[in-house]
Amino acid sequence: MKSQDIIAKLPYTNPFLFVDGIDEVQNDYISGHYTFKEDSFFYEGHFKDHPVTPGVILTECMAQIGLVSLGIFKLKDQDISNLTVAFTNAEVAFLKPVFPSQKVIVTSKEIFFRFNKLKCDVVLRDEQNVICVKGSLAGIFKIP
Amino acid sequence: MLQPLMKHKSPLNKLDMNIKHYEDLKGIIKIYLPEDVTIDDIELTSHLTQELNINSANLVDIVLDVEDHFDITIEDDEIEKMETVQSAIAIIESKVIAN
Repeated sequence: MKSQDIIAKLPYTNPFLFVDGIDEVQNDYISGHYTFKEDSFFYEGHFKDHPVTPGVILTECMAQIGLVSLGIFKLKDQDISNLTVAFTNAEVAFLKPVFPSQKVIVTSKEIFFRFNKLKCDVVLRDEQNVICVKGSLAGIFKIP
Repeated sequence: MLQPLMKHKSPLNKLDMNIKHYEDLKGIIKIYLPEDVTIDDIELTSHLTQELNINSANLVDIVLDVEDHFDITIEDDEIEKMETVQSAIAIIESKVIAN
């Protein structure tokens, strides 16, 4: 499964798609990247005259690559045209801020995938390979 | 004069059930109860999602904890049968005994 095949199956679009590419994917591991656009809507208000990528957006980026993209790969042999996903758990630590036009690399390692719930250890790094965010995320994949 | 023992209507007679399994399961469920439900609300007949308001994501967590605690494996189609505390215990006991 190629990077663009996974991204095409993601249930997000602009302005809430935070995946540019998937660089590596295995059954229990994924790595992908995203560059935060300078004109992204949230920089207007976060913060006043001092744009910093909101933690919730970083978490979302980690979930889109680390949970949903990995889950789509794991479910590649099933018909997931009507897939819905629900973000269920997040426990994250924010260690370094991410500014406009910065590229981030997200890696994720599966903890478990049982009963359609995927839980992963996810790390977001900057281009200098410094960890900006790390934590564990979980979500449920519903296939009607 | 001795009174005859009360007969339970439920298929799983409380007297047949291992009380420790019930208490252990309650201890696991307790962790995932929403704010407005307490451990005292848990009864044998309680419906996990409809009465105890446990969401489907937490139901998975309960099943995983149950697997660890009782050293058993719950299959995909069995989670759907675990609707009430009682049906969960029935599945647990069938597996604990089988082990």
